[in-house]
Amino acid sequence: MSAVEYEPVIGLEIHVQLSTRTKMFCGCALSFGEPPNTRTCPVCLGLPGTLPVANAEAIHYGLMIGMALGCDLAPRSIFHRKNYFYPDLPKGYQISQYDEPLCRGGRLGDVRIHRVHLEEDAAKLVHVGASGRLHASDASIVDFNRGGTPLAEIVTEPDVRSAEQASEWLKLLRTTLRQLGVSDVNMEEGSLRCDANISVRPVGTKELGTKTELKNMNSFRFIERGIKAEVERQIGILRDGGQVVQETLHYDPTTGAITSLRSKEEAHDYRYFPEPDLTPVSITQAMLDRAREALPELPAAREARFKDELGLNGESARLLAWRAELGDYFESALSSNGVEAQPLANWVTNELVQRLGGDADPAESKVEPSALAKLVALVGERKVTQGAAKQVLDKLVAEGGDPQAIVEAEGLGAVGGADELAPVVAAALEANPDIAERLRGGDMKPIGVIVGHVMRETKGRADGGEVTRLVREQLGL
Amino acid sequence: MIDREQVLHVARLARLELSEDEVSRMSSELSKVLDHIEKISALDLDGVPATTHVVEVENALRPDEPRPSLPREVALASAPATQDDGFLVPSPQA
Amino acid sequence: MSDILDLTAKQAADAVATGDLDPKDLYEAYRAASAADDLNAYVWVADAAPADGDASGELGGVPLAVKDLFCTEGAPSQAGSKILEDYRPPYTATVVRKLAQAGAPLLGKTNQDEFAMGSSNENSAYGPVLNPWDRTRVPGGSSGGSAAAVAAGYAPWALGTDTGGSIRQPAALCGIVGLKPTYGTVSRYGMIAFASSLDQAGPLTRDVTDSALLYRHMVGRDGRDSTSLEHPEEIVLPSATRLDGITLGVPAELSGEGVEDGVMARFEETLKLAESLGATIRRVPLPHADYGLSAYYVIAPAEASSNLARFDGVRYGARVDADDLLSMYTRTRHDGFGPEVKRRIMLGTYALSSGYYDAYYGRAQRVRTKIAEDFDNAFADVDFVVTPTSPSVAFELGAKTDDPLAMYLNDYFTVPMPLAGIPAISIPNGLSEDLPTGFQLAGPAFSENRIFEAAYALEQAIGFDGSKGRVAA
Ligand SMILES: [Mg+2]
Ligand SMILES: [Zn+2]
Repeated sequence: MSAVEYEPVIGLEIHVQLSTRTKMFCGCALSFGEPPNTRTCPVCLGLPGTLPVANAEAIHYGLMIGMALGCDLAPRSIFHRKNYFYPDLPKGYQISQYDEPLCRGGRLGDVRIHRVHLEEDAAKLVHVGASGRLHASDASIVDFNRGGTPLAEIVTEPDVRSAEQASEWLKLLRTTLRQLGVSDVNMEEGSLRCDANISVRPVGTKELGTKTELKNMNSFRFIERGIKAEVERQIGILRDGGQVVQETLHYDPTTGAITSLRSKEEAHDYRYFPEPDLTPVSITQAMLDRAREALPELPAAREARFKDELGLNGESARLLAWRAELGDYFESALSSNGVEAQPLANWVTNELVQRLGGDADPAESKVEPSALAKLVALVGERKVTQGAAKQVLDKLVAEGGDPQAIVEAEGLGAVGGADELAPVVAAALEANPDIAERLRGGDMKPIGVIVGHVMRETKGRADGGEVTRLVREQLGL
Repeated sequence: MIDREQVLHVARLARLELSEDEVSRMSSELSKVLDHIEKISALDLDGVPATTHVVEVENALRPDEPRPSLPREVALASAPATQDDGFLVPSPQA
Repeated sequence: MSDILDLTAKQAADAVATGDLDPKDLYEAYRAASAADDLNAYVWVADAAPADGDASGELGGVPLAVKDLFCTEGAPSQAGSKILEDYRPPYTATVVRKLAQAGAPLLGKTNQDEFAMGSSNENSAYGPVLNPWDRTRVPGGSSGGSAAAVAAGYAPWALGTDTGGSIRQPAALCGIVGLKPTYGTVSRYGMIAFASSLDQAGPLTRDVTDSALLYRHMVGRDGRDSTSLEHPEEIVLPSATRLDGITLGVPAELSGEGVEDGVMARFEETLKLAESLGATIRRVPLPHADYGLSAYYVIAPAEASSNLARFDGVRYGARVDADDLLSMYTRTRHDGFGPEVKRRIMLGTYALSSGYYDAYYGRAQRVRTKIAEDFDNAFADVDFVVTPTSPSVAFELGAKTDDPLAMYLNDYFTVPMPLAGIPAISIPNGLSEDLPTGFQLAGPAFSENRIFEAAYALEQAIGFDGSKGRVAA
């Protein structure tokens, strides 16, 4: 009996802090690490008698997000109260959207969007351990600076099938949101937070398994690791004949441990009801126009343009479009004269990214876009070989500068002319008589040995094609 | 009718401690009131929309312009317990 | 000084305007009277007139008593609750600030049922208020302190709030005028919330003119209250003496059953009086009014259960220390809230909880739609709907405290209006058993000017003598 294969079914819930100037429901400026409790007012402290008033710019950002994700924008949406007690929630309820959200449906890349709604962020709790001030063995301190920051909650359909896909898709979402200019989208600082709803099912079946909700994954790496660990945990349970329990889980990135957040208490009963203190949001044509005008070119459109107008292959187009910083760098370099798009794209996405490392923004490196463009052009004109160009790039990454100058200073110019190269080829054939014999006999396989010899002698400056031509010429082939 | 178990469940949701005496009183008093309220279940309300706001005001939105926040000592002035410039509470994890 | 206390607010403001009365003397006369309050109507009285007071406004420096649940910067704002004992907010409610700017400085804070939950003022953590007409009786509630202070002459006028009748019923029981305005016309910012979709601030005054004068300066859209709006009409002082062309609608369902005989008799006399002033009386069906009380006792507690969740011992108010967070919450709220507040929090939490929402809150919100439709239909035929304000005169202290349902039935005539968001006034309607009764007029949304005119004409004709209740004068 062969073992059942399982596939993960993953839906993501992303909380995005919007980069408005003020909070969702009061006029306090958003906080960026100010001293505790210096960005509060009667409203965001939940003082008796205070009332929320929604931030028009947060609605605007919500509409931009909805448009970018291809959502249906609700002509009328309302806010609800989500009731529960927690020290970081000053009113005893969170104002959020429930059954009439701002945006529904939509798609980004290969994942469908279920809904996007607006709500307010909670305050920050700092655990302080034992405190002399309370009888409690453990205490926390509440800082309300963050409380009330506008959030967009983006909920996907369960379309994600692997941990890698989840992290790749989140990068696309981050790029999209960054390009919209609606958020700082910084996972480490908490302006982009992701929870995952995870279940597994036998491959080929349609029914969804019992899901768990995995929280607290604050980097792309942890998202990948966390989801992987949870998927393996669930498959392990099923293989052992057990059943997955629906629960909320916490992923500890330092130990990799997954622990249940389920308290001894009964399940939450949020007692949602329409927020009587806020009136409905009715989207006007003017609001729609303003949001549409504010939309920049988004990754999907850019990918299509790179393919259709610049003739980039699919892989390059997608990579450059999904990682906007690479796309921006690429386009800036492309504006220099005499460089072809596809080779430039290859140099950006392969050689440059390799040298700068993972998520680095090339705009912050020492390599000027125009310098890379010049280098790629030199290669195209066969003035520098691929190998030598890589050495030039090493130098550019380390010190910056002009590629032409580096080529001249380091003597890395291509040894292209027959006059210069012919004696080196002749010497190579002489040094490898058995290879020369096989080549003469029509077996071209070992030609690499000769080319390699020439490259060594010329320190990689020889043009491979020219070497091959000279070999044939000198052997009379 | 609202029984003892329900009273305890609701009290927990509402974060209200009730004495044994209060639990039984609550059960009988709430049952009486609920009996009266049951009246509305007799009404035919098919197709009747809910009124969430009696006066329609739409898009009462606020421009995104910062206003001064409270000085911290004012924010903390009425707190029952403070420490390190924040509001001190027993830990939720404890 | 006693003659100062005999003036209505309008008369006092006029005297200040003509220079016949020094606003400082006016303020001090009321300050002294309220400091000597023997009805427990006040929970706090100012030591002196606010330094930034301005008597040049239309309100002429006539001091204002304010229900405890309005936040007043630096002054106690306790909403009648132990959980807010000596709480002093860092800001002032919009309406209180507006009135101070218009020339009505804060005089003191008045006692009330805890978080405005009650119809007798016996639910205050600061003790019951006594009715100035008979100190063995309740003043009504929840704005009982404001009503008693005005009736007793301890304040020229006062602010109250009405959620299910909390201005009109105590006004009726104390023999003064109380207006519950159209929802949204007065900012709720700074009013400690009971039921957000129903709460509305309004004036408690000696006569209809004062009511219009105070309301005139209360209205206006407030950027801090999303549900507030501009009143479409400027509020003017009434002058009508006739009711020609006016039709008063008496609910067809009003049979007098459940209403005290004396109260019903006064009501019917006033209908005859109205006819003599030229009004037409007609019966109008309000078929869902009977369900109003049920819907009200779902919606108000549901919203209250949520509004009162912020009293958690973290940022302000009383706290009972405990080792763990859950016990801190539950004990703080157990000790901080009185029995009626706990009852309503329980009721409201139950009505919103999983599995019950549709049967209770959802249904009640739809009943609300039917009640509003009833009124719309009625106002197609009549100008105002009129009823007795309260089915009884002021009852004895303690008479209904053991029976919450009996207490809730007090609100029978007053809950439908807030459910529909429409304005209604209660004016003194003569005595029954030597105690005041009230006559209620309700009109369509934003009809305050017409309500004032009709109420004024009736007031002149009824000729009620409130001075019998004024112990201070
Ligand atoms: Mg959320
Ligand atoms: Zn704030």
